[in-house]
Amino acid sequence: MTSRAAAVLVTLALLGVACGGGGSALDANLGGATTRLDASQNSFGLPAPQLTNEERRIFERGDSFFTQNWVTAPASTDARDGLGPTFNAQSCSSCHIRDGRGSPPDPTGERARLGLLLRLSIPGADPVTGAPLPDPNYGGQLQDRSILSVPAEGRVVVTYETVTGTYGDGTTYELRAPTYTIADLAFGPLADDILVSPRLASQVIGMGLLEAIPDDDLLALADPDDEDGDGISGRPNMVWDQRLEGPAIGRFGWKANVPTVEQQVAGAFHGDIGITSVLQPQENCPSVQVDCAAAPDGGTPAELTDDRLGTVTFYNRTLSVPAMRDTDTDAVQDGAELFTEIGCASCHTTTHTTGPSDVATLADQTIHPYTDLLLHDMGPGLADGRPDFDASGSEWRTPPLWGLGLIDDVNGARFLLHDGRARTIAEAILWHGGEGESSREAFRMLSADERDALLAFLEAL
Amino acid sequence: MSFSPSAILRFVALGIVAVLGLSACGGDDGPSDDDLAQAVDTYAEGVHASYEASLASAVAMDDAIDAFIADPTDGNLQAAKDAWLAARDDYGPTEAFRFYGGPIDDEETGTEGLINAWPLDEAYIDYVEGDAGAGIINDPGSFPNIDADLLVSLNEEGGEANVSTGWHAIEFLLWGQDLSTDGPGNRPVSDYTTADNADRRGTYLAVASDLLLVHLTELVDAWAPGADNYRAEFESVETDEALRRIITGIGELSRGELAGERMNVAYSERSQEDEHSCFSDNTTADIVGNAKGIDMVLRGAYPGGVSGTSILDLVDKADGDLAEQLTGEITVSLDAVEAIPAPFDQHLIDGVSDDDPGRMAVLTGIEALEDQTDTIVSAAEALGITINVS
Repeated sequence: MTSRAAAVLVTLALLGVACGGGGSALDANLGGATTRLDASQNSFGLPAPQLTNEERRIFERGDSFFTQNWVTAPASTDARDGLGPTFNAQSCSSCHIRDGRGSPPDPTGERARLGLLLRLSIPGADPVTGAPLPDPNYGGQLQDRSILSVPAEGRVVVTYETVTGTYGDGTTYELRAPTYTIADLAFGPLADDILVSPRLASQVIGMGLLEAIPDDDLLALADPDDEDGDGISGRPNMVWDQRLEGPAIGRFGWKANVPTVEQQVAGAFHGDIGITSVLQPQENCPSVQVDCAAAPDGGTPAELTDDRLGTVTFYNRTLSVPAMRDTDTDAVQDGAELFTEIGCASCHTTTHTTGPSDVATLADQTIHPYTDLLLHDMGPGLADGRPDFDASGSEWRTPPLWGLGLIDDVNGARFLLHDGRARTIAEAILWHGGEGESSREAFRMLSADERDALLAFLEAL
Repeated sequence: MSFSPSAILRFVALGIVAVLGLSACGGDDGPSDDDLAQAVDTYAEGVHASYEASLASAVAMDDAIDAFIADPTDGNLQAAKDAWLAARDDYGPTEAFRFYGGPIDDEETGTEGLINAWPLDEAYIDYVEGDAGAGIINDPGSFPNIDADLLVSLNEEGGEANVSTGWHAIEFLLWGQDLSTDGPGNRPVSDYTTADNADRRGTYLAVASDLLLVHLTELVDAWAPGADNYRAEFESVETDEALRRIITGIGELSRGELAGERMNVAYSERSQEDEHSCFSDNTTADIVGNAKGIDMVLRGAYPGGVSGTSILDLVDKADGDLAEQLTGEITVSLDAVEAIPAPFDQHLIDGVSDDDPGRMAVLTGIEALEDQTDTIVSAAEALGITINVS
């Protein structure tokens, strides 16, 4: 590590000259033509700048149904009724606040926070689709809220235990390891062999770009048997595509368990808000939940019309990606080099090129999402033990890193990883295990200046 | 329209542009530092005056509501409705002060969701067509006491904007659901005399009205001069940052919120009650109020006779042609939305032709607001400020 430190010093000294000419100049336009120069509270919520006026109006309609609350049926605003009967949130934006990130429950209870939910399943998989099997009395997700006449299913309680560690230079750090329990279960105990996976709401920028990365490019990054011997064996999650009625590469969700933006949107409307659509036509009321089944619905054949599912999907596909900041600073440029050198970029793939798209601004774009969209074993520390299609209980999708440095600006808080246990970027890195272990160890052994440089780079994304 | 090269250049050069922008436009000298500071002062004073005006008419509404609850007659109900309508006219323009994380929509302490949440979860509050026993009012077992603490705590449970308080809750309790095809809601006065839970309904109405006064008072206080409050912070930031907030507020209201959310969405969805004041059919006036807010900020002419160096004055010194264009466009857009026939919901009915004069008037308003938003963004650029609006 001493030689590494020396190299950084040299780099620091040379940067004033180097950044103007050769070297690997950082491209601030992380989302290609969809990039916006904005680092404000609204930076995740802006339309891609080159949308046509007609597209802008579709975007606005999707924005409305993403952002405004859904209400109890029946209601005067009959386009927006049918909330629940059980639900986690009243709108997409309740958790994706300003199109950003949610927060886990505040352990002090001082502030209500929305954004963490628990997926539930029992061992096994659907014989046709391969999807996880729901708990018989609670379904595939714990809904912790409900309309007035219906009981909620239960309440998530998170407690944290402090885990301490030490950087190579002797500096100590603290991580918090969560334990999840479910209180106030309304319909008796969960299944004996229940599997639980906590999931935090992520920022929703750049989804249409990720969808437009060609399948072949993702498959080319996969190395399921680690034939190149680098200790990293990414593989796609082959999931069920409801439109194709067949297998497809999963791209969205913490386990890459959803293949398209549309299916992600329909799934979240159904699971999180209790809104039915053509893709999720049944209310989420397991047979034991009779009040749930008896509650009025918000319209047939679906509470979210096909047209509105289309506009919300379009909205999610065409949110702009904020431009990278501070690309000309020494620290950020050093950090970018370190990011590659210690192996982060092996999974957080820096650059992709999108293929064709029905939306012109999404097609043929050079983008920098910092993800391969593949599954990686992240070790026992992060494992949820709950398989999801091909993903094992310890595999997670590499999350995109664009927008990482703006989460606090948009949401006033920043909790990272699939359940928000990490309070800083450094903590998130330090939780990496399994295929990420060697990079984590390399990070842990960096000098303080090097760590600062790497973090400066990540904050600039 | 190639984005990338110029974008990188602009990003890197942002700081330089901020400094040079003022002198870079044509032969004009551009606004002086004093001009900029005076425009910020005008705005801060104008925001305070606007919230004071809104509070004053809301107090008058609260008085009318108290009189109605004490003596529930048709005449007193009508007086309370009239007072609500008058108070809405003063609140609408203040929505130009949103969208930059100021007191109204601060991440931690903003009260916008408590004041103006939409759509209203009316079945959470009271009975609705199809569910006679719905709502907190009709559930004394679960909610024995209706008071401010209860309503605030239920809102907090949502973690975000909830739906049981504010203008539209009061509107719903005064008018009731709009079940007619061509008029507003028609809640019978017996809801407050002989109907089930009439007393609880009156209590809910009184509490919701009181809470609105509390929240409007907080906004007046946040913008009061000479205090340790948001205004003090606003007046201490760099002038560029203050102007960025001011212009972001009107730009975002003009396009994303008014032309987009409140007009285009309603126009396109064709769902009759998908409008902001669906119980009272006051939506057209709401829209005009918002447009007046944009006009007010640009011209620097606020309630209570507050006026002074305006944003348009600054733009005029930087680029006279642009200022003239923007002045023309805000006149056109205000005229356009004032020309929309009330009630607004008649233009949303499924089956009404796009050639219908009402729908054409709505579309004309949308397009006028879209056009002026582009010019507002250009005006900011003329002042050396980059804003993004949705």
